[in-house]
Amino acid sequence: MDTLRQQIKDILSEQSLGVLATSAKGHPYTSLVGYVVTDQLDELLFATHRATRKYGYLQADARVSLLVDSRSNQVEDFREAVALSAIGTAREVPSEQRDRLMQLFLARHPYLAEFVRSPGCALCLIKVQRYSLVQRFQDVLELDFDAPHPAP
Amino acid sequence: MHRIQPLERLSASALPRFGGKAVALAELTRRGYSVPRSLAIPCDCYRDYLQATGLGGRLTMELGRKEFSQMRWEELWDAALRIRNLFLTTPLPTSIETEISTAMDRHFVEQPLVFRSSAPGEDSATCSFAGLHDSFVNVRGRGEQLLAIRKVWASLWSDRALLYRQELGLTVADSHMAVLVQEMIEGKKSGVAFSLAPDNRQQLTIEAVWGLNQGLVDGSVEPDSWHIDRDSLRMVSYRDAHSSHKLAPRGGHVQLVPLAATEQGPVLNDSELAVVVQRVMALERDFSAPQDCEWTWRDGQLVLLQTRPITTVPAEDNRHWYFNLHRSLANLKQLQRRIETEIMPGMEAVANQLAQVDLMALPDGALIEEFRQRLQQQQYWEEAYRSDCIPMAHGIRLFGEFYNDELQPQDPFEFLELLRGGELRALERNRRMMALAKRWVAGADSSIMAEIDALAAELSLLPDQLKRLLLQFTDQQQPEVSQSRENLEVAYCTHFPTAEWPQAEEILEIGRASYRLRDDDNISLAQLSREVKRSEAEMRRRCTAGDKPELVALLDRLAGRESGLSSPSLGDNNSEDRDVRARQLQGQPASSGLATAVARVIRSEEDLADFKRGEILVCDAIDPVMTFIVPLAAGIVERRGGMLIHGAIIAREYGIPCVSGIAGAADIINSGDLLTIDGYLGLVFFPATSGLLSPALRPHSLRKELDDALRQ
Repeated sequence: MDTLRQQIKDILSEQSLGVLATSAKGHPYTSLVGYVVTDQLDELLFATHRATRKYGYLQADARVSLLVDSRSNQVEDFREAVALSAIGTAREVPSEQRDRLMQLFLARHPYLAEFVRSPGCALCLIKVQRYSLVQRFQDVLELDFDAPHPAP
Repeated sequence: MHRIQPLERLSASALPRFGGKAVALAELTRRGYSVPRSLAIPCDCYRDYLQATGLGGRLTMELGRKEFSQMRWEELWDAALRIRNLFLTTPLPTSIETEISTAMDRHFVEQPLVFRSSAPGEDSATCSFAGLHDSFVNVRGRGEQLLAIRKVWASLWSDRALLYRQELGLTVADSHMAVLVQEMIEGKKSGVAFSLAPDNRQQLTIEAVWGLNQGLVDGSVEPDSWHIDRDSLRMVSYRDAHSSHKLAPRGGHVQLVPLAATEQGPVLNDSELAVVVQRVMALERDFSAPQDCEWTWRDGQLVLLQTRPITTVPAEDNRHWYFNLHRSLANLKQLQRRIETEIMPGMEAVANQLAQVDLMALPDGALIEEFRQRLQQQQYWEEAYRSDCIPMAHGIRLFGEFYNDELQPQDPFEFLELLRGGELRALERNRRMMALAKRWVAGADSSIMAEIDALAAELSLLPDQLKRLLLQFTDQQQPEVSQSRENLEVAYCTHFPTAEWPQAEEILEIGRASYRLRDDDNISLAQLSREVKRSEAEMRRRCTAGDKPELVALLDRLAGRESGLSSPSLGDNNSEDRDVRARQLQGQPASSGLATAVARVIRSEEDLADFKRGEILVCDAIDPVMTFIVPLAAGIVERRGGMLIHGAIIAREYGIPCVSGIAGAADIINSGDLLTIDGYLGLVFFPATSGLLSPALRPHSLRKELDDALRQ
């Protein structure tokens, strides 16, 4: 399992963008977001404007999934690319944690400083319930965190 | 092996690392010309700085904000200012600072220095782009000198360089800047020499000023000039500039000072002129191409500051007009005087005179003649507007750059707060409207009705239309008096030592004058335009009333004319494809704040009367005569981009969010569309189309989110 944790840590630190899935009325919607993961791997941060569709959807349904992968757009990807799905719930970070988490986010994405610090921007935190790691096309491993509601 | 090299060690092969200017000066040294003692900081240091600080990523974000081909010069300047501030607020990593400091300590004693750009490709044999990048003269103290290096690096992304980005191949990944550090030479007299005169291939031309060459280069001192025959080397003409000042070092800056009694008459005597002429011709022979060189006299010796090949810019390249917008403080003061004492009063006097003419009493022939004369007057004053009023706006930029250099704020547009709050005519007119509205609501008498009629005429509205608007003005928003402005003003005043305050105050004053005049001069010009329109309306009235072929023919010809002040169109944004729609658009942040409200698209003056309080004003460009509507608006979206457009200036006065630079704003957005605009980031959202798969967000709940965000 330590190996799995390390693999998850590696791919999350190698990549900087992921595909965030939100949904409303049972219909999924995906967006590309910059993320950063906390040391314990159980929390992921991303930023979005409060006027975006994904933010509106999050208000309606907090359940999300974030896909991070190592593809390079080559045939080899089918065997060599690693894909990681994080499943959990997202919410805007509480104000008392905002400064600390913003620092963490900007350390990884310093070029987003103007955006993240602007009043219209929401810094959001995904509380991860489960990671699902796919490699060599069909090998799938999962890591569960304690979760109040089981992930699907 | 040290990366930072003395000039004499550079060979021609060093060009990619050290840039054209450094390599050309190294060649001059080898050939025995006298040049200042110099040190060259290679492009590698710039590259390492970007890499180590993450500045490269931030540059990429800034440059990707909007398609450059769709940017107006104001937007390019805004982008350049934001980029410059990134460099100012990003310190050198310790390792690079130590490396540069050590090299400078080794090469120079503690002395004032000059910092010049030396970008690869900037001054090559095939292309030369003079004036794209910045030089800093008489910089004292190691801290200021290290900052000057970052400022030279930042000028790789100057507004002028961004204009020529295609020719320069300007990209974050591939563009770099070397820096030439030179001993400061306080020349008694200085100038430029072109071995081939720009206007006559048989001649060469010399320009000279007393004092530092910077005075000539930045336009603050008018130079004496000579035209010399290239074959006989005899003087063809001489023009005495009768300059009264020169640029001289003062403290860590340069300053205009009056000429001494010994500095009267031609700047160069015959023998000095002959030396300059021989030198520039020798340069042309040595470099096998016509040269443009800068020089100065020190202790009876001619010292070459730089040389580069002359390139001719095609006549149709109108980008040189933008270069012309960079004005010195001295020139801006002259412009201010001229605008305040000649141009604005001139426009208004003509407009008032024209307003006295009873157009209805004129026979058709006289009306046509009157109309033609009015058009000529308008063209004359529009030309004055273009040649003097538009360049005056550079005063805002001059102050902005000075403020950012000195105070290095995180927000590169913080300085605008210090310029706000002056007595703009538009604000004065809006106050007048509000007072009139209150009196009218309290009880109408004949004098109030006459005032309403007069104001309606001033705003090109019908009295009934104005009355509809006035009803909304009765509890209208007042211009914001900002506490932060007072705090910033105190911070600005206390930043400067007593000796430097006069210059800081002078630059602040020119910034404020420039900010105020940018709006006021338009109102004067609008008075004149209104008189032209009045005569045109009278012609149309007669055409409608009866058979007037001569008037019809003239009006038909006018139908195709465009105002000389119209903004360029960005192409057809009227998509035929009804399945395509916008959901989110990115423009430029022009006045901070967030708002969610219904859009009202203003396409012509006739639409203004329908404007309802609390709507978002959407238009191609806010005309100065339209700014009376701004206090009623919840926000503004405009096609024209930039922080200095009229809509943005007035929006900031009232604290209303404004997003500018939305291409095709008036075509993409329809009246009645629900919009959310973010004036901090320059974004426009269409919440209704965000909700196709689920019910649209209720405006008030979204509004609440945004309000909550603002309060945080």
